[in-house]
Amino acid sequence: MSNQASTKPFGERAAVALKDAFLQEALTIATTKFIGLRKDSFAGFPQGEELRDQARAIKEATLQKLDHYLEQLADNVERLGGHVHWAATAEEARETILGLCRDRGVKMAVKSKSMATEEIELNEALERAGVTPIETDLGEYIIQLAHEKPSHIIAPAIHKTKGQVADLFSRELKERFAADPEVLTAAARKELRQKFLQADMGITGANFAVADTGTVVLVTNEGNGRMVTSLPRIHVAVMGIEKVIPSMTDLMVFLAILARSATGQKLSVYTTLVRGPRRSGEVDGPEEFHLILMDNGRSRQIAGALREALYCLRCGACLNVCPVYRQIGGHAYGETYPGPIGILLTAMLRGDRAVKDLAHASSLCGACQEVCPVRIDIPRMLIALRHRLNRERIAPLAERLMFGIFSRVLASPALFRLGAALGRLAQRPLVRSGRLRSLPLLLGRWTRSRDLPPLAPRSFTERWKELE
Amino acid sequence: MKNPVRASLLVTCLVDLFYPEIGVAIVTLLRRLGVAVDFPPGQTCCGLPLFNSGYHEEAARVARRMIPLFSGSEHIVVPSGSCAWMIKKEYPGLVGDEPAVGAQARTLAERTHEFSQFLVKVLGVTRVETDFRGRVAYHDSCHLLRGLGESQSPRTLLGGLPGVELVELPGADECCGFGGSFSVRLPEVSTSILDKKIANIEKTGAGCVVACDAGCLMQMSGGLSRKGSPVKALHLAQILYSEGGSAPLPTPPPEASAGKAGGRTRAA
Repeated sequence: MSNQASTKPFGERAAVALKDAFLQEALTIATTKFIGLRKDSFAGFPQGEELRDQARAIKEATLQKLDHYLEQLADNVERLGGHVHWAATAEEARETILGLCRDRGVKMAVKSKSMATEEIELNEALERAGVTPIETDLGEYIIQLAHEKPSHIIAPAIHKTKGQVADLFSRELKERFAADPEVLTAAARKELRQKFLQADMGITGANFAVADTGTVVLVTNEGNGRMVTSLPRIHVAVMGIEKVIPSMTDLMVFLAILARSATGQKLSVYTTLVRGPRRSGEVDGPEEFHLILMDNGRSRQIAGALREALYCLRCGACLNVCPVYRQIGGHAYGETYPGPIGILLTAMLRGDRAVKDLAHASSLCGACQEVCPVRIDIPRMLIALRHRLNRERIAPLAERLMFGIFSRVLASPALFRLGAALGRLAQRPLVRSGRLRSLPLLLGRWTRSRDLPPLAPRSFTERWKELE
Repeated sequence: MKNPVRASLLVTCLVDLFYPEIGVAIVTLLRRLGVAVDFPPGQTCCGLPLFNSGYHEEAARVARRMIPLFSGSEHIVVPSGSCAWMIKKEYPGLVGDEPAVGAQARTLAERTHEFSQFLVKVLGVTRVETDFRGRVAYHDSCHLLRGLGESQSPRTLLGGLPGVELVELPGADECCGFGGSFSVRLPEVSTSILDKKIANIEKTGAGCVVACDAGCLMQMSGGLSRKGSPVKALHLAQILYSEGGSAPLPTPPPEASAGKAGGRTRAA
């Protein structure tokens, strides 16, 4: 994704997305639906607000003793017969999985939806190593067929209309399909059924991992997660280290708000709890279970300004309400994690330079914070991130100079008055029927699509004398 | 006779330079309600545009100048939700540790009120008289709504006007796309968000969209007038006090809201 990000500046990618009529239609329908479902779900759930506070407190308390809970989790997974792998970087996580594939002769791996494996670009690595990855979540399956990346954290194919999916399936599966979600789902189901039985390895992420029981928790709606974790002989779960929670009691708090925030459901259709590999006497489950605990930049942030981003449950609610995301969709961000939280996660995982432009892809309207199940103060952290870009001199020199001058002017009433007087002179030839319709330079970016009121002939400060 | 409520107008840069009539409306209205209004000289800007872009030291420089101007003020009234938010929520964190202005910043934060909140929550005014007539839709400015948690006060005031029909704007709580420097950093995205807002405004059939933030007004009126729409974007104060609508009401106000409000606040 980093390559994609560097080809075109963010502003241009966004402008292209705005002109994509299919994308606009798909985004409007899907995000409007998600917003309504979430709202209705919480409206009928008065204890939701308190649970959100509780969930936030659990996340914070867990972060404070993260090492303790991770060790407890690892001990319990191993006690249950599973293997635990610590991965400091994305590369280490990838290599661990590729090593398992090599040693165990894995040729095909089925996957359930996982942002962590997107983060480490696992599919590409598997393909290069001669292992065929098969996405089994319907949305992920669609975008894998289309050779695209997810454009939403929980709805990877949100950018596609059903007509586009029908065309894609017809082309790739060599059969004509109607633009009917039921028909298309049945087609995917038929294709995938065989893969589940053929695959040697199942790869998942983890929505949560419970430290004191060693349980990995997957929240899905299609049942594919359950197939992926039980049919192949090896199950590998990849999780960011911040996904650990202390106990099953804590899990109940998160489950009560996660699906409501994401899709408006009380609970997702499947909540899969995995505890190690198949034990003697059990009829199903994998022979081997591997848990990869991945840092990849996370621990660095524990004491940093972006700490709260480690609370994120990956529900996607902030994307649905973000006016910027709703206009441009996920791909324009050019990173694994799109939307407001994605900007913070990108900074966390890839460093501040990666978000030089993205840090400004927010009007700071605060809708994200309002819907976040754990109330992450995303606007405040975006401002903190912008501050870092300025301090680290990653922000363009011209911008830093301009804001420096701007602040000198605003800190001096005399300069402020002078600036206004010069502005009034300069605008004189440009005012057309009381409006400014075309201005040069930076202000041209405003007047390209909007009028600007001219500076008033006399400021309020000047008019005050008559009011006194 | 009781002492009147005293309030200082913090006019904000946008109202000062682009929309002085909003300032005039506020002063006139407040006086009519029996408030003694002053205007501390030397005002420029609260520094929000600097702060939100990550220029915190630069914003602090502006804040340090602004804060002492209001050291003698009983209440500070701000016509924009975003500037009120900056002063109430960010000034204490920005310069609160500084010996010279820290304590003053915290006091200023407590005494600062967004205009609609000042009317309803401080003065206890819910009905005013105005010559404004027509159907209006109210747009929730993000910083007033989510930053200061206010959605009711402006609606209460608009809903209490006999000649005004207040209609609910679909997606009233959604951003208009202004976002300060966002509007010129990503002009296409900003305008695309605005287009949705304008479509919603037009759906209401209102002759006027009302907001409590000069930034949103600049954005919405900029889009409306570019599209040739007859719909106006006006500040709440311009509805509550319709300048040039007709002769001002007699002053001092005979009874009703003003007297009660003044008394209540003094007692508090």
